Amino acid sequence: MACALLSVFTTLGIVVALLQPTIEFFSSVGVGEFFTGQVWAPLFASAKFGVLPLVTATLVVTGVALAVCVPLGLGAAIYLSEYASRRARRILKPVLEVLAGIPTVVYGFFALTFVTPLLRDIWPFARPPDIFNALSAGLVMGVMILPTMASLAEDAMRAVPDSLRHGALALGSSRLQVSIRVVFPAAVSGIVAACVLAVSRAIGETMVVLIAAGGTPNLTLDPARTMQTMTAFIAAAGFGDQPTGSVGYKTIFAVGATLFVATFAINAISIRLVRRFRQAYE
Amino acid sequence: MSAAAETLASNTARRRVKDIVFRSGLLSCVAVGVIALVVLLVYVASKGAPRLNIDLLTRFPSSLPKRAGARSAIWGTVWIVGLTAAMCLPVGVAAAVYLEEFADNRRWWNRLIEVNIQNLAAVPSIVYGILGLGFIVRGPLGLGPTVLAAALTLSLLVLPIVIIASREALRAVPTSFREGALALGATPLQAVRTQVLPAAVPGIATGAILALSRAIGEAAPLLLVGGITFITFTPTGLDSQFTALPIQIFNWISRPQEEFKILAAAAIVVLLVILLLMNSVAIWLRNRFEKRW
Repeated sequence: MACALLSVFTTLGIVVALLQPTIEFFSSVGVGEFFTGQVWAPLFASAKFGVLPLVTATLVVTGVALAVCVPLGLGAAIYLSEYASRRARRILKPVLEVLAGIPTVVYGFFALTFVTPLLRDIWPFARPPDIFNALSAGLVMGVMILPTMASLAEDAMRAVPDSLRHGALALGSSRLQVSIRVVFPAAVSGIVAACVLAVSRAIGETMVVLIAAGGTPNLTLDPARTMQTMTAFIAAAGFGDQPTGSVGYKTIFAVGATLFVATFAINAISIRLVRRFRQAYE
Repeated sequence: MSAAAETLASNTARRRVKDIVFRSGLLSCVAVGVIALVVLLVYVASKGAPRLNIDLLTRFPSSLPKRAGARSAIWGTVWIVGLTAAMCLPVGVAAAVYLEEFADNRRWWNRLIEVNIQNLAAVPSIVYGILGLGFIVRGPLGLGPTVLAAALTLSLLVLPIVIIASREALRAVPTSFREGALALGATPLQAVRTQVLPAAVPGIATGAILALSRAIGEAAPLLLVGGITFITFTPTGLDSQFTALPIQIFNWISRPQEEFKILAAAAIVVLLVILLLMNSVAIWLRNRFEKRW
């Protein structure tokens, strides 16, 4: 009992740890300035606390990552659940598990030293991507989330009872039709939950963006540019050893609180959806 | 052939083509994942190859890339992960036993705990880093940037994973085990201790290893908790300052010189080998002891 309660205390601890410095932060920096200001320069002498550049950067990277992992993850999930032979599954699943188990620093390294130079070589437009750019971070992050996405969506599709498939096949549907028109709609809430979880992982991912997307706050929607996400700011500022109680130290918590609230809300939605879909066929 | 039969035949043919196109599209989705893995592994291994020698394991970090090694980082990781295991496994397994065997699911607080654990498992790791910084390193506990603070932070991070995995292992033990023990006069606690837990050990061990391999690769929270990358001694105790493999790798990546990038690749190979070993043990455990009741 006490051990289980520890989890609740962890949550409370996170909330309290975030809340107190956050409140202090907002008492010295206005809420309006924080959420609408367009310049983020908290550690400069003339500090500016507009969180927008960090938020847009997070959104851009997340968008790129989702553009990679949602279609690929769903495709892989449909293949594994509807088409793959038993042997193919036995080989492919562990490969995806290994992919999911690789530390995020490694993906960051890969993005910076392999994907970025590659992008700069094949870039078709006039202005090549920056050395640090959101695009390569997002692409690599998409590949990183792919296995999680695929295995969650696959679970959802395998939970659809075989009788539905048999019925459709008996009526003369092809496997393509069974996958798209029968299994997919039946599993849709689980699939949406998988997507939502992918979003929250992309928002919360730190090392890849810290290494590959750069450390300069930049209010732009162009993924080929350098930008700093919320997580990258937290890591960079925390690494820089801010003295306790300074405004710089408190910004870590304010940005962290923003991040925590966003991901916690997203996760809650996802868990809700999973619950609903679990009840469907029992 | 009648017109109707012809349309049917051409429809069937078109459907077959569509099916094949769709199928190869799906297969290419899987292929992207597999190819990415292969490219990543080959790239890192070939890049790190020049520095993959014994110096990497025995030397301390240095500002001269030729003389730098990851000794303190490797020992830091060993210390931190060992401590994390010692702290989070007993707590995690106990919490799982409580939730799975004793908790009354109709009580609101038990449901709250459950939802809460699921939620915690998906909180970004950097937020745990903030918790560690605000609560453990400074703030109430005030441990400073030490091995113990890092291990505590990582314990909180992997605790939900351990709990969820252990619960699944316990759930896989059939009810007849419990009923049999209870029918022979065992108390519920004895039934769990002597029958259910031993039967669930392989599953719990597999989950624990996977959770710990997550802890090994985690860099973001350790950055916040105060891992320092220029440490020329192996940890001496719980209150010693530390570095760990992932943050050492991060530090080497962020240096401009190409030699340090090579060094980072070599250290990544070391990290991946450790992870691969742990994963193989987990898979071996799963296959060796997997039972169907």
